Amino acid sequence: MDATNKKLPPRERKNEWPKYLAWAFVAALIIWAFVGMPAFAIKPNAGQIGGSIMSGIFHPDWAYVYRGDGEDLVSTLLQTIAIAFIGTFISAIVSLPFAFWAANTKHEFWLVTRSGKFLLTAIRTFPEIVLALMFIKAVGPSAFAGVLAVGFHSVGMLAKLFSEAIENLDNGAGESVTSAGGTRMDVTMLATIPQLLPELISNTLYRFELAIRSASILGIVGAGGIGTPLIFAISARAWSRVGIILLGIVIMVTLVDFISGSIRKKLI
Amino acid sequence: MADRKMAAPQMTLPKKPFGWEKLIVTILMIAGILWSAGETNVDIPMFFANFDQFMKIFDQMMSPDWSYTSYVIAPLIETIKMAVIGTTIGALVAAPYAFLVSRNIIQNRFVTGILRFILNIIRTIPDLLLAALFVAVVGIGPVAGIITLAIFTFGMVGKLFYEAVETIDEGPIEALTASGANKWEIVRYAVIPQVSSYFVSYFLYAFEINVRASTVLGYVGAGGIGVFLQQALGQFRYDRVSIMVLVIFAVVLVIDYVSLKTREVLM
Repeated sequence: MDATNKKLPPRERKNEWPKYLAWAFVAALIIWAFVGMPAFAIKPNAGQIGGSIMSGIFHPDWAYVYRGDGEDLVSTLLQTIAIAFIGTFISAIVSLPFAFWAANTKHEFWLVTRSGKFLLTAIRTFPEIVLALMFIKAVGPSAFAGVLAVGFHSVGMLAKLFSEAIENLDNGAGESVTSAGGTRMDVTMLATIPQLLPELISNTLYRFELAIRSASILGIVGAGGIGTPLIFAISARAWSRVGIILLGIVIMVTLVDFISGSIRKKLI
Repeated sequence: MADRKMAAPQMTLPKKPFGWEKLIVTILMIAGILWSAGETNVDIPMFFANFDQFMKIFDQMMSPDWSYTSYVIAPLIETIKMAVIGTTIGALVAAPYAFLVSRNIIQNRFVTGILRFILNIIRTIPDLLLAALFVAVVGIGPVAGIITLAIFTFGMVGKLFYEAVETIDEGPIEALTASGANKWEIVRYAVIPQVSSYFVSYFLYAFEINVRASTVLGYVGAGGIGVFLQQALGQFRYDRVSIMVLVIFAVVLVIDYVSLKTREVLM
């Protein structure tokens, strides 16, 4: 009826300055990156090569799928899965003590937790390729070097996820076991492990999905798996070979993601 | 005596039904481990026998070549620039794409299905393999790295962002539809205000991951500090490798911190 109702209420005035500053910072960062970049130099025949790659992907080298010599697509893909599988398994075992070290539970001295978390960050940041090359020095250029690289690199992330699971543990179940007269052993067996195990398995499966991707990269430095034939095919410009390998990687990763994802959904 | 007989059954826990499923999964797991170990020739004793080789490298890394630090600053800055540009381009392409694959905005299942399929395929290819391909296409240099990071970001942000768009509150969409708004107006006034803060958060998250990823892309020739890393590794100069690993670590820590603070302010 009166004019005041026709107006929207005034906006709440908050201090917006930090927000504007953050936006300005992000914008400045982007401008800085674009301005300082040297010219976008692209090879003159890039279009042609891109075209041959595309035609290679659509005309894959089917003969490479299975030859029975251990160097074909199926064998190297299986080897990739094996590297990721056993690597993740090793890393899950190594991660457990690290996780208890880094977990921030109440009876822990803060320096213990902090140093554990810092160490895990350092492991996570250490480039996996460098690690693989160090292991190749020790055990030779083989799939085993890839297993060790995946196994040790994954600890950085897996132990972090494990420690978060330990931190989020609900004390109620353990307390009720204690109040019913359970010993410490009973608390571990009846309250802690049943709560923790699904979470740990789920984290491990998630890490396995990422390890499959790592394992297909490590072949670039000679640590086994599908990466080796791919890098050879690229440098030999055998695009139909590249096409079938890419196809194989896409199918393998999709399948593993699907299977692991449906198990994880069932667990939680 | 009678009391004890009554109490006895309660002293034990109820019996669990025998878990066939668990048994099968356990057997499969053990079989998988044995098969993988055979397939990859796992030989733990051999690793410990050669452990001194590993420690030799480690010893060299423990005495870094500090004089090399000044040489790695320029490629490090190039790496960060690659990450910024790649993340920006990838995220900007991912945002409209995410709206196109969200089933609460585009009702045509056929369109969303095909576009999602493409997004999923892109997400399966590991970043370093993508980089090796683009080095072959556009040549050695940071451009290959930028394209790789842009595609990688597109896959990551696209997926996270469409999941955010699909979980928004449907109320404002219905209200705008009821008052006769068209598709664009619905997106602009009902969807974007609800998801813009997610977008900023995913952008910064992708940036953090890309900084880590970009440090090794140079290994296959895609620019940045990875090129120097590859050279040092090829010359067995582990004292230089360790300098680069340390510098990368410091930069990753700083960028994670800055990104976290920016996210806190913007959210």
